[in-house]
Amino acid sequence: MLVTIFNVISSGLIMGGVYAIIAMGMSIQYGVARILNVSHGEFIMVGAFLTFMLVKLNVNPLLAMVLIMPLMFLLGFILHRTIYKKLNDVSGSSGAFESNSMLISFGLMFVLQNVALQIWGSQQQVYAFLQRSVNILGTAIALNRLVVLLLAVAISLLFYLFLQKSRLGKAIRAVSQDATSAALMGVKVHRVGAISFGIGAVLAGCAGSLISVINQFNTAMGMSYTIIAIIVVVLGGMGSVPGALLGGFILGFIGTLVNYIDPSLSLVAYYLIIIILLLVKPSGLMGGKA
Amino acid sequence: MRILEGAGVTKSFGGRKAVDNVDFDVEKGEILGLIGPNGAGKTTLFNLISGSIPLDSGTITYEGTNISGLKPYSICHMGLGRTFQAATNFPDLTVCQNVRMGAVFGKKRIPEKKAEEITERVLEFVGLSDSADKSMKDITLACQKRVGVARAMATRPKLLMLDEMMAGLNHTEVGEAMELVTRIRDSGVTILMIEHIMKAIMSTCDRILVLHHGQKIAEGTPAEISADPTVIEVYLGE
Amino acid sequence: MKNLLNEFRANPKKAVVPAVVAAALILLAFLPGMTKPYTTIMLGSVIMYVILSLGWNMFSGATGYISLATAAFFGLGVYTSAILGDYMPLPLLMAVGGIAASVLAILIGVITLRLRGVYFTIFTLGVVKLLEVLILYLEIHLNGTRGRFVVSYSFTDVFYALYILLIVQLIAIVVIRRSRFGKALTCIAEGEDAAQHIGINSTRVKILCFAISSFAMGAAGAAMATRWSYIDPGIAFNANYSFLPVLMVIFGGAQSLLGPITGAAVFAYLQELLTTEFPYIYMLAMGIIMILAILFMPRGILGVVHDLVARARKRKEAGRDAHT
Repeated sequence: MLVTIFNVISSGLIMGGVYAIIAMGMSIQYGVARILNVSHGEFIMVGAFLTFMLVKLNVNPLLAMVLIMPLMFLLGFILHRTIYKKLNDVSGSSGAFESNSMLISFGLMFVLQNVALQIWGSQQQVYAFLQRSVNILGTAIALNRLVVLLLAVAISLLFYLFLQKSRLGKAIRAVSQDATSAALMGVKVHRVGAISFGIGAVLAGCAGSLISVINQFNTAMGMSYTIIAIIVVVLGGMGSVPGALLGGFILGFIGTLVNYIDPSLSLVAYYLIIIILLLVKPSGLMGGKA
Repeated sequence: MRILEGAGVTKSFGGRKAVDNVDFDVEKGEILGLIGPNGAGKTTLFNLISGSIPLDSGTITYEGTNISGLKPYSICHMGLGRTFQAATNFPDLTVCQNVRMGAVFGKKRIPEKKAEEITERVLEFVGLSDSADKSMKDITLACQKRVGVARAMATRPKLLMLDEMMAGLNHTEVGEAMELVTRIRDSGVTILMIEHIMKAIMSTCDRILVLHHGQKIAEGTPAEISADPTVIEVYLGE
Repeated sequence: MKNLLNEFRANPKKAVVPAVVAAALILLAFLPGMTKPYTTIMLGSVIMYVILSLGWNMFSGATGYISLATAAFFGLGVYTSAILGDYMPLPLLMAVGGIAASVLAILIGVITLRLRGVYFTIFTLGVVKLLEVLILYLEIHLNGTRGRFVVSYSFTDVFYALYILLIVQLIAIVVIRRSRFGKALTCIAEGEDAAQHIGINSTRVKILCFAISSFAMGAAGAAMATRWSYIDPGIAFNANYSFLPVLMVIFGGAQSLLGPITGAAVFAYLQELLTTEFPYIYMLAMGIIMILAILFMPRGILGVVHDLVARARKRKEAGRDAHT
């Protein structure tokens, strides 16, 4: 009994941590750059596969995760500076920008997925890392899962602190609350937008790395994670990073519980949650105006 | 007879009270002015009345019926029309098409011919008959505002709410707008108007309501309001 | 109908597009008898994509609420044929598939269309995967299988089924556009807040439009399934069917009837040509084209053509004026 509870808690924290990272990445892209990035899951997939490539060269996956972070940032930053900036220039209104940026992300999803399919093919991949068990509190847990758990929680909290305490973090929060006022206070809104998009890509990449350590992965994994990210973001409140953090862990725990009943139903369970949410409080747990 | 009444109307946004326990009433056939410094809660009050946003507490009654919580289209069908501060005319439609939409949807389904008659009548009433086929970008700001008023009038309201109809107009245009407002009232429509242009308010309105920080601080005739020490203090010698 | 003919008499230019479409439709009716089977099959696919694109544009183009659920409606139609194919003739299958799609649309609409557009889009994105997962679960647990065999119809039958569906859809689009309902849709697109304040129940109008637009998608799915002989949730609920119609409308241009038709014809043809040889590169190129089209062709290729023609005309007039 205790074993099950321990497993549920540890799995919940792992899933929760990963979901939180994914959702915070998407949240910062929507909250700051006002881009609903439906290709977010593809960035996660890219992170997983880049890590995998380095692992095949005998690099430690955790080191690989650190190494790909600047790559992921550049990917996101450059995409924003080129494509989304151009879109901003041609968009008549912010409403037009929001729907068009979503469509562009939709196109990007197909680009990234098919580039990946072309390079890495469609089979499932997996690699071994720290697969021996350790004993914690009298029960066994795989060391890689333990490491991922600690890292997932650590990255989530570190990122949250970064937003609250650092200068760049404050600028990011200012732009997400009120871009016009932030601009008046001297914040370079467009640059913060591009940086935020890059940070979102980094978070996605980290999540992908962590996932690749403990799970199988393939080039089609993106879409499911995008949907989960979206549900967490809505659950926590659109554009609220603390909400994404909270929502990620809540959904992670619910997901773990559902997995015990029937793993193939987790998406159904998540959708039930979002349906109830949209009917009762669409602004989410930490959302502001209704 | 009171056509519109509000009791204890309150609305907060993120902890701040935009409208704070406001009571008001509008007599049938009068022109009631709603004034106050920027951020006083005037447009929020309009939004609460027209159904754009829900009340936190209090009630709003129109012709004896409680309308708090109803959707804007229901409230429009009951006879409450409004214009907006920012440009909300349908941008890709002509003047005439804009107004006709108001006629078509303002009340329950009417035959096409009747909608056409109403449109023509309203266009003539506001003085836009000659501009009927112009597009929104080809007319002046004053005309655009009139299109907004005409579209609302085409819904056959008994009470018309005007939100800063005269903002951005020059001296002559303000005079014309004032004359239009009086003519609307004389045709049997009660008017509730938000305005910043004091000259217009003082000379057109029968009564005035003053809001400040979401609260009602004064109510009375133009003479009473211009002599009210609290109001003078709030406006600091305007 | 009378009004329509009078309008064409008054302004002949307005009749050009409908005349072209009518001529193409008449030609199409005779095609299966005149060409190789491969052409008929391909044209069937083209018509299917035209139906999906027109359906998508009917709602999303008209209201600005971007739906990514097209594949979900199509997939429901596919499963209608898979489950009921032995019990009903094709036309009835298509009707039931269409109704199933509309019911799903109403459910989605009731949940999300009273909220901002972003919630609607988000919800529709996951619906396709949700249905795939749900139906897979039901199939495995209730039927012990993953996929199903579908009743088979000849490609000529399916061609004509889709052809008639397209005609019905075109008529519906024209009728709606000229109706009070169509005017309400226009107002909502021009300014939803203002539309509500002049008496339009925008949520109800949106839900109804979404339901109507999805009917044809479900019916098309029911028809296409009968050419595939075997389906499973992955085949039926394929995200490409959500993506391609959007690309086709954006590429062709959302503002007229001809835009989606052009876009659909172009990409459906390319799809048939390239999908077996280069599936990944083909989809990759589609993604890139979509991004480029959004950035550089906001009114689609028809918009570009329109602007070029207008510019050429102006140059000709300027040249003429210079000489006088």
